[in-house]
Amino acid sequence: MSTGAAENYNLKSMLSRPERLAPGHRMCAGCGATIGVRAVLRALHEEDRAVIGNATGCLEVSSYMYPYTAWEDSYIHNAFENAGATLSGVETAYRALRKRGRLPESEHFKFITFGGDGGTYDIGFQSLSGAMERGHDMVYVCYDNGAYMNTGIQRSSATPMFADTTTTPAGKCSAGKVQYRKDLTAIIAEHHVPYAAQTTFTRDFTDLHRKASKAIYTEGACFLNVMTPCPRGWRYETSEIMEICRLAVETCYWPLFEVDHGKWILSYTPKNKLPIEDFLRPQGRFKHLFKPENEHLLALFQEEVDRRWEDLQYRCAQG
Amino acid sequence: MKRAKAIRERMSGNEAVAFAIRQVNPDVMPAFPITPSTEIPQMVSAYIANGEIDTEFVPVESEHSAMSAAIGAESAGARTMTATSSAGLALMWEELLLAASNRLPIVLTLVNRTLSGPININCDHSDGMGARDTGWIQIYAENNQEAYDNYIQAFPIAEDPRVHLPVMVCQDGFITSHAVENIELLEDGPVRDFVGQYEPEEFLLNPGKPVAVGPYSISAYAMEAKKAQEDAMEQSRAVIAEVAARFGELSGRQYGFFEEYRTGDADYIMVIMGSAAGTAKEAADQLREEGWKVGVLKLRVFRPFPDQEIAEALKNCRAAAIMDRCESYNGCSGPLGMEIPAALYRNKVMIETADYIYGLAGRDFTVEHAREIFAQLRDAADGKIPAARHAYVGLREQ
Repeated sequence: MSTGAAENYNLKSMLSRPERLAPGHRMCAGCGATIGVRAVLRALHEEDRAVIGNATGCLEVSSYMYPYTAWEDSYIHNAFENAGATLSGVETAYRALRKRGRLPESEHFKFITFGGDGGTYDIGFQSLSGAMERGHDMVYVCYDNGAYMNTGIQRSSATPMFADTTTTPAGKCSAGKVQYRKDLTAIIAEHHVPYAAQTTFTRDFTDLHRKASKAIYTEGACFLNVMTPCPRGWRYETSEIMEICRLAVETCYWPLFEVDHGKWILSYTPKNKLPIEDFLRPQGRFKHLFKPENEHLLALFQEEVDRRWEDLQYRCAQG
Repeated sequence: MKRAKAIRERMSGNEAVAFAIRQVNPDVMPAFPITPSTEIPQMVSAYIANGEIDTEFVPVESEHSAMSAAIGAESAGARTMTATSSAGLALMWEELLLAASNRLPIVLTLVNRTLSGPININCDHSDGMGARDTGWIQIYAENNQEAYDNYIQAFPIAEDPRVHLPVMVCQDGFITSHAVENIELLEDGPVRDFVGQYEPEEFLLNPGKPVAVGPYSISAYAMEAKKAQEDAMEQSRAVIAEVAARFGELSGRQYGFFEEYRTGDADYIMVIMGSAAGTAKEAADQLREEGWKVGVLKLRVFRPFPDQEIAEALKNCRAAAIMDRCESYNGCSGPLGMEIPAALYRNKVMIETADYIYGLAGRDFTVEHAREIFAQLRDAADGKIPAARHAYVGLREQ
């Protein structure tokens, strides 16, 4: 049932697989979500068919604008808050039609749904939790860019503390978002699903390709949380995306880990954990933190990152 | 079509619809028991647990997810239905619009109960009426027999290529859903033949023929989609009539957009929907005995709204009482109180009308009430009193 170990995630061979999100969509240049989606879909075996679900968001409005679609596979968008429930209906239909002999035995479908952090952490949280608990054979992929980017960069529960967003603007009386972010990967892992993992873009993409493959080819409800930077919302130069992702991992802001059938596994431990400033400095949304009077806020941010990193290391050490 | 054998039984409205679901054996049924919930999903679950049917039941975590999963399943190519009541339908509201605009022939069985607040679990039509502009076909039943018969007709209407719209099959909470009455059931085989196999033209799980559902559509295209949806609603009139005719041959029971009860020569007609039509008919029978010419027009199909047919049916009476089991909070009348006078005016039928609100949140509506309304109608037509406007029936004195 669980596979992935035997596959070769050599970047060149992975990139030679056919694209399942065609070019010509309307996502921004340098958009992390698009990179994430293409990488996840690369993990599908060529002979397997798929139905792709999608919560309302940038990805949806830019990839399926009537009468054009960029999706090579069957695709369903329903609304903002129900990608989990919608795909659980599709997956149930698959089981019903197979059982009743209305689909050829030789046809295999995989079910993957994409939602931004707003549609996943917040408004779609109940629908996601229900789908995971019921154990539908599907993968829910959150492309986490840490705010409601499609609607105009409003804060979500995935937005990091102190980020300057349009609903938590930094100003004379505000240092940006007050709260720290929700740890959704851990919350879904606590549903005791067979597989939940957190990843982002690393130099060779092996971590993402491997986890996507594992999520797709593990039977049951699986969850992937992919940090996908948004140059518009985070305010960095589009060409810096890989460096931003590297810093998120090296500072332990976005640790790479997986929970495989209850076993917590760290996928990567930085040799020299970098200070959180290194991740925050290149991003315009944290510019106000680098004013001399806000030094204590950086210390607070560092404290929270350290606390969570310690916690994760502890869990992984327990196995 | 050959007339099917009738099976005499006694059942509640919930049992009758659950029995119809057992006979149809749909592919997928997602459902959630919001407060107030109906017994239908648990009855279906028992049929599944006992191996009588093999429908895939999805125990979702809310009514919003029930309709979301229904949209996913129906788009995927599965015959899908769900059941709900009151707040559950209200929670589905956004998804009701998506089911209709994606042109998905989902069938929803609705047990009509009031919406909060105050929280109250009894019958009125505020749930169904709240969804009257969501693009669903709505068919209302007077009793368990009609709830059963309407349910069986719902799938051939919804799935007809000229329609491709979802259908809501409504029955009154408690009065119909919980009361046990005599019923004539059909045998499983004829019901399955009548409903037929579901063969969608395009669906997500069609191997080698991928489709995309639920596009973003800019202003240059979206209005045409909405017009096509409205065209389908208009075309559904003919299909509803065809299906009813076929069902009449099978069962011997005749259905139209509405039932005309002793209206042929009536001076005064009460227009009413749902279980209270039985009360109105009893009042009409009593008054006929006393020499009055009165009748009842019981609306069955509320969406599409049969405006011309209603105007034609009312054109020869002196006055009509329009009965709403729902408040519209528009400051002037209930929903039927607006739509029926509009239908009359558009068709140049200038009879007197009076409009009433009755039975909210389970308030009793009695034969005495109906008799009093007929009397008021006569006095209004004679110019003795002004016609009732937005008048409440059976309200407490203090």
